[in-house]
Amino acid sequence: MTKMSHTLTRRSLMKGAGVATLATLASPVLAADKLKIGFILLGPIGDYGWTWAHNKGRLAIETALGDKVETIYVENVAEDASAIPVIRDLAQQGCKLIFTTSYGYMDQTVQVAGEFKDVKFEHCTGFKRADNVSTYNSKFHEGRAVLGTIAGKMSKSGVLGYLGSYKVPEVVLGVNSFALSAQKENPKATVKLVLIDSWFDPPKEAAATETLINLGCDVVTTHTDSPGPLQILEQKGLFGFGQGADMSQFAPNAHLTAIEDIWGPYYVARAQAVLDGKWSSTDTWDGFKEGTVVIAPYSKGVTAEAAADADKVQAAYKAGSFNIFTGPIYAQDGTLKVKDGEVMQDADLAVMDWFVKGVESAS
Amino acid sequence: MRLKLEKRREASVAMLVATPIASVLLTMLIGMVVFDLIGINGTKAVVDIFLSPILATYKWQDVALKAAPLVIIALGLSMGNRAQVWNIGAEGQYVIGALSAAGVGIAFGTSGGFFVVLLMVIAGMIGGGAWAAIPAVLRTRFNVNEILSSLMLTYVALQVLGYLVGGPWKDPNGRNFPATAPLDPSQTLPVWPGSTVHLGVLIAVILPFVFWVIMSRSEFGYQVRVVGSSPTAARHGGFDSKRTIWATLVIGGTMAGLAGALEFTGVLHKVDLGFASGYGFTAIIVAFLGRLNPIGCLVAGIVLAVTYVGGQMAQTSVHIPNSTAGIFQAMMLFFILASDILVRYRVRVIVKGV
Amino acid sequence: MNWAFIIAEIITVVGLTTPILLAGLGELVVEKSGVLNLGVEGMMLVGAISGFGVTVYTGNPWLGVVGAAVGGALASMLFAVLVLQLNSNQVATGLALTIFGTGISSLLGLGFTGRIVVPFLSVFPASLSKHPVLQVIFGYSPIVYFALIMVPLTTWFLTATRAGLILRAVGENDLSAHSIGYSVVRVRYAAIAFGGAMAGIGGCYFSMVITPMWAEKMTAGRGWIALALVVFAGWRTGRLLAGAYFFGILMALELLAKGVGFSILPSQFWAAMPYAMTVVALSFISSRGTAGANAPACLGKPFLPST
Repeated sequence: MTKMSHTLTRRSLMKGAGVATLATLASPVLAADKLKIGFILLGPIGDYGWTWAHNKGRLAIETALGDKVETIYVENVAEDASAIPVIRDLAQQGCKLIFTTSYGYMDQTVQVAGEFKDVKFEHCTGFKRADNVSTYNSKFHEGRAVLGTIAGKMSKSGVLGYLGSYKVPEVVLGVNSFALSAQKENPKATVKLVLIDSWFDPPKEAAATETLINLGCDVVTTHTDSPGPLQILEQKGLFGFGQGADMSQFAPNAHLTAIEDIWGPYYVARAQAVLDGKWSSTDTWDGFKEGTVVIAPYSKGVTAEAAADADKVQAAYKAGSFNIFTGPIYAQDGTLKVKDGEVMQDADLAVMDWFVKGVESAS
Repeated sequence: MRLKLEKRREASVAMLVATPIASVLLTMLIGMVVFDLIGINGTKAVVDIFLSPILATYKWQDVALKAAPLVIIALGLSMGNRAQVWNIGAEGQYVIGALSAAGVGIAFGTSGGFFVVLLMVIAGMIGGGAWAAIPAVLRTRFNVNEILSSLMLTYVALQVLGYLVGGPWKDPNGRNFPATAPLDPSQTLPVWPGSTVHLGVLIAVILPFVFWVIMSRSEFGYQVRVVGSSPTAARHGGFDSKRTIWATLVIGGTMAGLAGALEFTGVLHKVDLGFASGYGFTAIIVAFLGRLNPIGCLVAGIVLAVTYVGGQMAQTSVHIPNSTAGIFQAMMLFFILASDILVRYRVRVIVKGV
Repeated sequence: MNWAFIIAEIITVVGLTTPILLAGLGELVVEKSGVLNLGVEGMMLVGAISGFGVTVYTGNPWLGVVGAAVGGALASMLFAVLVLQLNSNQVATGLALTIFGTGISSLLGLGFTGRIVVPFLSVFPASLSKHPVLQVIFGYSPIVYFALIMVPLTTWFLTATRAGLILRAVGENDLSAHSIGYSVVRVRYAAIAFGGAMAGIGGCYFSMVITPMWAEKMTAGRGWIALALVVFAGWRTGRLLAGAYFFGILMALELLAKGVGFSILPSQFWAAMPYAMTVVALSFISSRGTAGANAPACLGKPFLPST
């Protein structure tokens, strides 16, 4: 630009105007290049659990990509039809990449994706895809194997509790992994399961936890999103695990450890892919090895033997040499479902709807 | 000095129309103040909730979709209220209506077409009407207060919903998530091309006029109003109030069931645990805001739909929870109920007491 | 007989019952005075956030309970002014209060996500409150004992005091009570405020005892069960206590059935029972039409004196 101001010939003026025009043409394009990314969140960011972990992922995008991106989020979006206008609203506001962070947004995501073909959608823990819908999931059950190891080793009653939401594969895998790994430590261990038909309902979660305790469970793991269960366990002097994030602040004595969901690297990678124009519909299912599952530091309450065994499981998963779903595995009714030495494939795990022997449940 | 309430000889029409408008405006004003006090941008919140859905044309179809069930349910409720029959169970009747339609859809598998969809909608109306017939029987046979019975049945209906979508009617391909299988496109309502506006919206626009004709011109409408004003007068006029109670309750349920079936076949295409989104209760507000008049219900339904859509927009922009739209909806109802008194009474200031 | 299990379940049932007992008792008094306040759920939520907020700021759960009562009572005043001064429709006003209370509690609760308070548990020494058997008597939050004491207190008030008699008279025949010289409006204001305070305390049981945190709509519909309870109990306090525990047992059974794998009856059956039984009870009460276990004659009707 400074060169232009020195030689004010008509030619240079024209050239200058040309470059200036090009520059002004370029700047709105550059400004529009700021990628707007939307997040549909199930609970409040301050839940210190599932949603808090997704929000950390969102913040990771902002840190990594700075002013190339702008993120918007909506909390407490119910997993029903009311999500449709909210997702749509994000797309209408100009988001070109939208993360819907719970199973129950599946059909809604697909529906809105059909209306906005130029927007990319990332649906968490679901299975329906489209040209502009990707799915991503984390192998939480690998983390459950660590929790089950600790629970199996430390439980005095041998009766473990599992608080779940629905009989969806994610929960089924968690229950089975928890049971199988506990049984490696204590072959007689059983798991009592209560499904409460909701991911987040503190009083119901608390009542269900109490019921599990009354039925003899002295270690309860929760697959629902509030710290309510941990608070009950703390009151009763028993043990449990955090869900999605380290929840020790809610139950300093009861909280042994937690499965932490680490979404940051995946989120940054997907955002970068959109920026580079290289995004395509994929299905991603990462675990310990890729870093989406991390175990929180063990609390003082975890015994040395339990910690040692748990560390072994973690190391084996990270090395890729271990899979809890290795036969022989029996179903609840005793039939052999997986032969000795056989390893269940991801495709079978993704649709698992039966429980292993030792799991006591209502269905 | 005190205020004396003098009953007017006739309800003031000016007040009838002015009070709903004033209620909405007052709500906006007070809402702005309350939000500012809490530290949220009050003006932006109110603008988002009340005005943005009107100003943003791309939101109009969302408003239409939300208004349709509200209007349809409110029509049935307002007819009942005119007869002093209080159906609080519209939410339950709405759910049973949707479930009835879903049941027909499942029975037909993936085959659809005009007659199947028609059958589904009719099934919805019958289901909702039947669910309302229970409080009707209880009222006419056992003198049970229909407010309480219809309310209790709503919660029973929600459990029926939970059982069906989590059990026998669960989508076999849905990985055990409690919801019915998504409808085959041939089993859904026709939609205005290029939009999401379904046939139910058209029905919601036409029905108010149908109801208006019935209420103001027909013998039945006259009956309803007489029974509502005085059961003795009704007896003298030869009207069977029990029949009228039956009729208005069942009509209320039928309308709620219709709304449920339309929402199912037109918008959601499946029934899940969150299906009962509160339309049955909000419709009560609509009926009151619309002064129990069918055309009033149409307008009030649109106003409340605007707050619903606005509430969703405010979720993204001002980060207030969805349920805060309820604060505004309730405030509007508070104001309209409070101002009711101005319609029936004139306020006189008495300077010297006696 | 596994006594440990029985004791544990009793404790669970008490926990489930206490909120609806409190709210139900409050609403019973309100309805006895002739007013139907459907806003219980809203008042409970306002109480829950009020109690939680006060406890967070003062660190004192006793003040928290007071805060909850005040919050609930204030919320009820919205209803009272409209219904008593302006004769607005009680059903619609009550519903508006529920919707309002839900929304305002969510709004006020925004700043409290992730916060916790120390649960308001038993104040008895650990030797009693944690004793394997005696905890069934001494292991509860003070709120539980308050609820239990309020039952005979309320009964005594309604049946043996002059004020209680006046309240019942107002509910049975407001015009007569008015002509004798009692202030119907004032009595009903007091009743409604009491109902609001009790509902508020019932609500704070969720946020201060069960799960000492705040979550939107955390009372999860218990306000509606409380309304059912009043009707189920035929507006009698003794029956209300029994009914509350009956409902509490049903709620516990729903979860127990899941926990032991009892799937012959779907869990929704247990959840629907309180409401279904209330409808049945209503039919019996209303059809017999006898005084005593019957709805107050003026329930839900506006007070319209001719002067």
